[in-house]
Amino acid sequence: MIKDITIGQYLPGNSFVHKLDPRVKIWLSFIYIIILFIVNKYSGYIFIAAFTLITILVSKIPIKYLFKGLKPILWIIIFTAVLNAILTPGITIYKIGPVNITDKGVYLAVFMVLRLIFLIVGTSILTLTTSPIALTDGIERLLNPFKRIGVPAHELAMMMTIALRFIPTLLDETDKIMKAQMARGADFETGNIINRAKSLIPILVPLFISSFRRADELALAMEARCYRGGKGRSRLKQLKIEGRDYVAITFTILLMIISIVSRRWSI
Amino acid sequence: MSIKIENLVYKYMIGTPFEKTAIDDVSLEIKDGEFIGLIGHTGSGKSTLIQQLNGLLKPTSGKIYIDGEDITSKDINLKKIRQKVGLVFQYPEYQLFEETIFKDVAFGPQNLGLSDDEILKRVRRALEIVGIDFEKYKDKSPFDLSGGQRRRIAIAGILAMEPKILILDEPTAGLDPKGRDEILEEIRKLHKEYNNTVILVSHSMEDVAKLVDRLIVMYKGKNILTGTPREVFMEIETLEKIGLAVPQVTYLVRELRKRGINIREDIITVKEAQDEILRLLRRDKND
Repeated sequence: MIKDITIGQYLPGNSFVHKLDPRVKIWLSFIYIIILFIVNKYSGYIFIAAFTLITILVSKIPIKYLFKGLKPILWIIIFTAVLNAILTPGITIYKIGPVNITDKGVYLAVFMVLRLIFLIVGTSILTLTTSPIALTDGIERLLNPFKRIGVPAHELAMMMTIALRFIPTLLDETDKIMKAQMARGADFETGNIINRAKSLIPILVPLFISSFRRADELALAMEARCYRGGKGRSRLKQLKIEGRDYVAITFTILLMIISIVSRRWSI
Repeated sequence: MSIKIENLVYKYMIGTPFEKTAIDDVSLEIKDGEFIGLIGHTGSGKSTLIQQLNGLLKPTSGKIYIDGEDITSKDINLKKIRQKVGLVFQYPEYQLFEETIFKDVAFGPQNLGLSDDEILKRVRRALEIVGIDFEKYKDKSPFDLSGGQRRRIAIAGILAMEPKILILDEPTAGLDPKGRDEILEEIRKLHKEYNNTVILVSHSMEDVAKLVDRLIVMYKGKNILTGTPREVFMEIETLEKIGLAVPQVTYLVRELRKRGINIREDIITVKEAQDEILRLLRRDKND
């Protein structure tokens, strides 16, 4: 049941998108999000959809897999759409009891749904095609300029790497502890909400204890290998911006220009 | 209580590229009161197999009968099965969570809905079996104890449910030789006293050789050898091929026989080897 979570997962591959420099990918994802909010006409979304689809096809991520990642936020999408549709003032086009659905409301709701879906799909492409290590490497390099004003870029990146590294470990551990307590007759599925919350204690306490133990051991192991933070630390893989990165940048900037122009269009 | 397994198959992550067959058509029978050693290398499917025996995992196909009752059927009461089949996981000390040792050991019996008197009685008995002084330790925090003692508390937590079938997954992993011998001795005494069915999962031949009635050897999800330790350890070639070693004395005996010493072949414990070598030496002297 816990194994169904796909957010933040990485699908190893060797495609054009996989090979892009992580810094470029993070920047482009950022620009992509801005573009999503620049566009205010439906016509603009045709270009965004085409751009997104091409990126997915080039990255060779199974489309089915991407949409499975949308499932957990399905309710948020529906909720947003409904709220927008009924709470925006405008000309009433449909009436259910006291609830008015307005023309402007529907217009906004469709926008919100499109934005949310593209937002999730776009950022999923980033995490699905970038290994956690490359991702944090990219973040560290992007934060580097802020070191001067006291942002601990290396430490933040290292914390993220460690957190990502331990997600599968903790999931495994949770599964193991749950089974061990079930073998002792624990029941996590029935009873009212208070009983169910109480039944989590036998899982959470051992999980916390082992997390602290792991953190302690990891810190010792890092110290034993002379880890002293980011200063003067060299790296095994140097990040380099290459031809394909410029291709990706060009296409994204093109999309940005189109989306700015699309604001003047009628639909 | 008897266990019967028929054509059991278990696959992980069905329908994904990561699909893996962990148990591949295993059939076996364990009689009431038997002391079984389940051995195999890491990844041979032992842990997956034992998790099926109390319904924590559902088989992909095949049947499991506990005392004639099919536990793979849909409308089975899993709580009852888990009371009958006690499973001690690997490193069970990591599942302790209560403030006091008493409360932790009582967790299982409480889940069974027993009366306070009965719980008290069972906790006392369970702690006694694992050699922990009830009066002295009952109000202490389990986290103040040493690793070996914590493991005993965790084992007592299962024993307090008084299962008819007790399964222990590598109960001696990570313990020093003294702690290992003590725990094995407690398990042996428990089996002798209550005559319940015990399944001891291990990859250490030395541990199981002197304890169990029968060995089940797993390799790549299959049950490849079954028999008394003596019978199984005679298959040195097969065992070595799958990365398992026989007890060291068995190697010694084989070396001695190679050099022309007429020693018995089927020796599996140090004690037996000692007696046999002394017998040979005395006979030589008398000649």
